[in-house]
Amino acid sequence: MHELSIAQNMLDIAQEIAEEQGLLRITQIHLRLGVLSGVVKEALFFAYDIVAQGTMAEASSLVIEEVPVVIFCPECQEERSLFRPIPMRCPVCQTKTADIRSGREIDIIAVEGV
Amino acid sequence: MTLTPRIVEVRQNVLKKNDILARALRERFQASGVYVVNLVSSPGAGKTTALTHILTELSTSHRVAAIVGDLATENDAERLRESGADVRQITTGTVCHLEAQMVEEALHGWSLDTLDFLFIENVGNLVCPASYDLGEHERVVLFSVTEGEDKPEKYPTLINSSDTVIMTKIDLAEAVDFNRERFLRAVERVRPGIAVYEISAKTGAGLKEWANRLIEARNHIFPMVQN
Ligand SMILES: [Zn+2]
Repeated sequence: MHELSIAQNMLDIAQEIAEEQGLLRITQIHLRLGVLSGVVKEALFFAYDIVAQGTMAEASSLVIEEVPVVIFCPECQEERSLFRPIPMRCPVCQTKTADIRSGREIDIIAVEGV
Repeated sequence: MTLTPRIVEVRQNVLKKNDILARALRERFQASGVYVVNLVSSPGAGKTTALTHILTELSTSHRVAAIVGDLATENDAERLRESGADVRQITTGTVCHLEAQMVEEALHGWSLDTLDFLFIENVGNLVCPASYDLGEHERVVLFSVTEGEDKPEKYPTLINSSDTVIMTKIDLAEAVDFNRERFLRAVERVRPGIAVYEISAKTGAGLKEWANRLIEARNHIFPMVQN
């Protein structure tokens, strides 16, 4: 389970941001998580609680926004969203494509604190 | 004094540290003219055996070496040395994947320009290695026929971060009633168009083709230093 290492990285970055901004305590971290990020949401929540203990983010909450896979359909010439990454084909015209535009992100988008 | 809650908006990749290190590694590999392949599979897919054979195959014409990520209980490095290649070991302890920093440490004191190919055998795991760029040119995911035809559909993230699929132990296909077409269809549903090679370390089938494809890929990246 690499969620522990992901959670630790996330906390380190959030702490850096909080300190830069003069926050004393982190109350919430907002994360965007792609369907193809390889991170299991539940495992990340669990890991986050463990790594946050005894830090300025103790008892803070993690808010995860899930991001669908966005593919580019070569036939429609349009981006299409997939909430499940299988099969990798355009939901409108069924054309296969491996052109992934997003859905792999593990991004911190906001840190909330006092 | 009351503290007002504040929201600081950012956009930062959680794996930025690894990505920065991986980029530096990639530049170093590029400058040294070494083609780097990251091998990923589940435990027991025959990754070490396949690697030993491809090292042997390539060593007739190229300078090859390997780095292997071993859990504390394993010793794949010893097996790989049977190929005659220079092999370095990263003992990962309980960590389930290799990170760019571990590779960087393992490279310490190694002059990469004496190499044409460097293989990195990742920890046996089809989930965690997907998120960690090691600066490789090519990521290869191996599935053995004994794992069944549907396995690719269970690991879309890894396959979508890979460049090549290798089907291993094809000599056992008949014995385990492996449906090749069904496997290829599953791969195609997950990542349309990805290259699939079929090998058997036991019979030697497919090894030449895989080796040729690696040499081609290397020549494509380093056109000035073709052999
Ligand atoms: Zn379409």
